[in-house]
Amino acid sequence: MSALLSLRGIETYYGPIIALRGVDLEVNEGEIVALIGANGAGKSTLMMTICGDPQARKGEVIFAGQNITRWPMHEIARAGIAQSPEGRRIFPRMSVMENLQMGAALASPVHFADDLERIFTIFPRLKERAEQRGGTLSGGEQQMLAIARALMSRPRLLLLDEPSLGLAPLVVKLIFETIRELNARDGLTVLLVEQNAFHALKLAHRAHVLVNGRVTLSGTGRELLASPQVRAAYLEGGHAAEVPHEF
Amino acid sequence: MPLSLAHALKQAAIAGLLALGLAFPILALRSDQDMNNRLIVETRWSWAIGAALAIFALRLIGLYLQHWRANRPQSVRSNEARKDYGTPLAWAGLIILFAFPFVILSLLGPQGALKWINNYGIQILIYVMLGWGLNIVVGLAGLLDLGYVAFYAVGAYSYALLSTTYGLSFWICLPLAGLLAAFWGILLGFPVLRLRGDYLAIVTLAFGEIIRVVLINWIEFSNGSAGISSIPRVTFFGLPFTAGEGGFAALFGLEFSPIHRVMFLYFLILCLALITNVVTLRMRNLPIGRAWEALREDEIACRSLGINTVNTKLTAFALGAMFGGFAGSFFAVRQNFVSPESFTFIESATILAIVVLGGMGSQIGVAIAAVLMIGGTEVLRELDVLKAIFGEGFDPAQYRMLVFGLGMVVMMIWKPRGLISTRTPTIFHMKRRAVSSDLVKEGHA
Ligand SMILES: Nc1ncnc2c1ncn2[C@@H]1O[C@H](COP(=O)(O)OP(=O)(O)OP(=O)(O)O)[C@@H](O)[C@H]1O
Ligand SMILES: [Mg+2]
Repeated sequence: MSALLSLRGIETYYGPIIALRGVDLEVNEGEIVALIGANGAGKSTLMMTICGDPQARKGEVIFAGQNITRWPMHEIARAGIAQSPEGRRIFPRMSVMENLQMGAALASPVHFADDLERIFTIFPRLKERAEQRGGTLSGGEQQMLAIARALMSRPRLLLLDEPSLGLAPLVVKLIFETIRELNARDGLTVLLVEQNAFHALKLAHRAHVLVNGRVTLSGTGRELLASPQVRAAYLEGGHAAEVPHEF
Repeated sequence: MPLSLAHALKQAAIAGLLALGLAFPILALRSDQDMNNRLIVETRWSWAIGAALAIFALRLIGLYLQHWRANRPQSVRSNEARKDYGTPLAWAGLIILFAFPFVILSLLGPQGALKWINNYGIQILIYVMLGWGLNIVVGLAGLLDLGYVAFYAVGAYSYALLSTTYGLSFWICLPLAGLLAAFWGILLGFPVLRLRGDYLAIVTLAFGEIIRVVLINWIEFSNGSAGISSIPRVTFFGLPFTAGEGGFAALFGLEFSPIHRVMFLYFLILCLALITNVVTLRMRNLPIGRAWEALREDEIACRSLGINTVNTKLTAFALGAMFGGFAGSFFAVRQNFVSPESFTFIESATILAIVVLGGMGSQIGVAIAAVLMIGGTEVLRELDVLKAIFGEGFDPAQYRMLVFGLGMVVMMIWKPRGLISTRTPTIFHMKRRAVSSDLVKEGHA
């Protein structure tokens, strides 16, 4: 397996504030990689750094053999990285259909009808709501739309930032099953950030724990699930716990 | 929750007192010079008290309006009940617009019709066109441009200079003026489009003023504030609207009348405006137009979907500027005279007000707003009745800005999102409507 994405010594700052302190991470073609960590650990920053906003001040982001560290955001998207970002960022005044159409901005229009069909079989809910304005969807529906929109661009790598945030357990299950299916059937490569560590680790082939801007623990999903540190910090009672911790 | 009278009165009284406090130094005390050039202070208590009472009354009305709005049944606003008022209204408007000069002509005769077609028809249509042009930038792409008049000026001076120095005809100058304006749009766009919101607004405002100041001061180029006069008049595709041999009237066997030229100008600006509209509507259904609207909603999301936001903004800016340029060269051919005075900030503000009142993005809304604002101004000029009430010295046109202001305040309370705030999507899934079927195909093609 070749590394589709590799991060080498990534340091990202917000002005003078450092958010990532040298992150190394690899995502192989066809893998699901999970990233877990407490609030403010830098997970979203890592996702956004891959997408080019903010750009890493030090280190390299290599995607499909190309150094994309200094590329503008839209070029990175064109290279095949799609993100369902934190806070969803759907277009509120545009309809579900239009949001999906925007997602397909990069894909060839030939695929539009088929891709739409596929999205609507995965999320029948969105089909029902096709003409509704994005901003009036429920939180869960908006999350589905954000993922669907990212999928419409036919990405090589899908970045999902907390896809289960604010969703009912049943919907969370649906979303995780969808990710598994897309990965198993279409070979979609996924980098997943989750607070919902239990589900994420069960799903992921490999996982990393991010603490205070550094990767402190890496392994297969099962290894991390079994790790006492991870259990203590993120999995007590099967939930992500907000326990203060030091690794 | 009912609004208690005591509460409303208290709120209004506070506002009134505040106004009194403010009005005291501004209105009640007036410094002046007496016969010996000494500074004297004149007191005008009635002004301050009048202002305070007016604020009190307005606040009271405002509170009740707000209350009424908040307690209105909301069902009408739900998504399902969304109506597509665009289309029938648009067709009715189109028929009225084409019939307007003929109806007026048959009703009032050539003499009486002149004023109506010129002052109302043409004047309003210029602003409809400018509104639609700016709507691309502000309404669709969400870029607050306070200097739109600069492109109007570029267009006007392009025609004025090209026709007077090189003798080029209007039909050659028109596209050139559009191109030049678009060029300036891009030139301005490059440095400023990294800016957002307020900052962009300030820089575009400055740009509008710079163009005007350059026109005033670069006398060799633009003849300064004296302006450029005797710009060639519009011709009927080469045929002048003159009385003698070889004129439009003679060739068509009509009796000469200035109305011919005015009617031609009317249809010219009508066509230019309609082109602006059709282009905008088509653009909305193309990827670039969708990108404009998405940009207005969320720039970061746009970029993460692979949209080059710089190019997207530049095209919006250039296209808006181009239509401004077209309108400008029409302005020049209509007036036969241009001077920097026609391109002050108040023009930009008026056009922006039209777009905002219209509902930021709605084509029909912008057209209605232009009719109300520009038509309203013209009506004010006419209201001689008011002279009978307020005395001979009363010039209603002087109160134009006051009426504007009041109108804006009322509008913002009544319809804070503009006249037509519903937005028709450009693509539909299941519930395909007759109007939209062609658009759906486009999405799949
Ligand atoms: N725009 C910003 N400006 C300044 N600091 C920021 C900015 N965005 C994030 N940070 C800081 O960077 C650190 C990492 O934030 P980040 O959003 O990556 O955390 P996270 O791991 O995604 O947390 P959460 O689980 O709460 O989403 C935090 O300390 C945060 O306060
Ligand atoms: Mg986050």
